[in-house]
Amino acid sequence: MTGMTLSEAQVPIADWRDFLALTKPRVMTLVVFTGLCGLLVAPATLPPALAFTAILCIALGAGAAAALNMWYEADLDALMKRTASRPIPAGRMDRQAALHFGVGLSFFSVILMGVATNWFAAAILAVSILFYVLVYTIWLKRRTPQNIVIGGAAGAFPPLIGWAAVTGNVAALPLILFALIFLWTPPHFWALSLFVRSDYAAAGVPMLPVVAGARSTRIQILLYTLPMAAAAVAPWPLGLAGPVYGLAASALSLAFLVLALRVLANKAAEPSGMKPEKQLFAFSVLYLFAIFGALVLDRFL
Amino acid sequence: MDEEEIRRRQRGRAIVMAVLLGLFVILVYAITIAKMGLYSS
Repeated sequence: MTGMTLSEAQVPIADWRDFLALTKPRVMTLVVFTGLCGLLVAPATLPPALAFTAILCIALGAGAAAALNMWYEADLDALMKRTASRPIPAGRMDRQAALHFGVGLSFFSVILMGVATNWFAAAILAVSILFYVLVYTIWLKRRTPQNIVIGGAAGAFPPLIGWAAVTGNVAALPLILFALIFLWTPPHFWALSLFVRSDYAAAGVPMLPVVAGARSTRIQILLYTLPMAAAAVAPWPLGLAGPVYGLAASALSLAFLVLALRVLANKAAEPSGMKPEKQLFAFSVLYLFAIFGALVLDRFL
Repeated sequence: MDEEEIRRRQRGRAIVMAVLLGLFVILVYAITIAKMGLYSS
C-alpha cells in the first residue's frame, strides 16, 4: 500500500448499510417472530434480559447465515434481476468482507446464546446456521429442484431454538412447529419461483418450475399444502393448544388451501397472468405470522 | 470512489461499531444481573 492513496485501493469500502443488507433484514422478521413465539409458548419463562438475548441471537444467527449465503452466491445474484443490487454483485463490497462478517457473526451469536441461555439452544442455533449454509446454499441449491424442500428445514429451527432457550430441551409442540414451517416452505417458495421463473432459469438454478414446469409445480404446491395444514391444526386435537389456536389455524389453513387450489387451476405461463401465485405468496407470509400469533394468543388467554 | 467518500464510509462504520460495542456492554451487564437473579432464587 506504500504510496497508494485510499481512492486507488482496489477493495471497495462498504458502507455499514451494506453489512446490514447482507443480513436480509426482511427475511429475519419472520425468523425472529417464529423464534419469539417458540419462546413465549414454552412452559416456563426467562428473565426479560435473557429472553431478549435469546431472540437477538436467533436474529444474529439468521443474519450470519444470510451473509454467508450472499458470500457464496455472489455469482448467481449478479445474474438475477431480483438480487443484482445486493452489496457484493453491485460491487459495493468485497466478498472476503462478507465471509469474515458472516463467520464472525455466526460464532458471536452461538457463543452469546450459550452464555446467556443454555448450550443446547446454542447447539441448535449452530446446526441451523450450518444447515442453511452447507446443506442448502453450498450443496443443494445448484444441484436439485428439491433444494428448498430439504433446505427449508433451516428456516424451521427458530421456534425450536426459542423453546430450547427457555426449557433446555425440545418437546412435541416445537417439533410440530418445526414440521409446520418445514412443510410451509415449499408452497411459499414455489409460488414465488413460478412468477420469477425466468430469473432462476437465467441463473441456472434448478428450481422446480425451471426443471419440471409450471403444471408440475402447481400440483406439488397443493400436495405440500395438505400435510402443512395438518401440521398447523395438529396441536389442537393433540391437546397442545386450545380452541382459539385450533379455530384460527383451521380457518387460515382452509384459506391457504383455497389459494393453492386457485394456483392449481391457473394455466398462465407468463408472470403477468399469475395473480393466484402472487396472492398465495403474499398470503403465505401472513399465514405464518397469523398462525404463530394465534398460538401465543391461545397460550395467554 | 473518491477519498472523501471512503473517509465518510469509514467514519460511518466506526460510529456504528462504537454504538454496537456500547450496547453490547449494557447487554452483558443485563445478562449478568439476570443470571445472578436466577441463581440466587
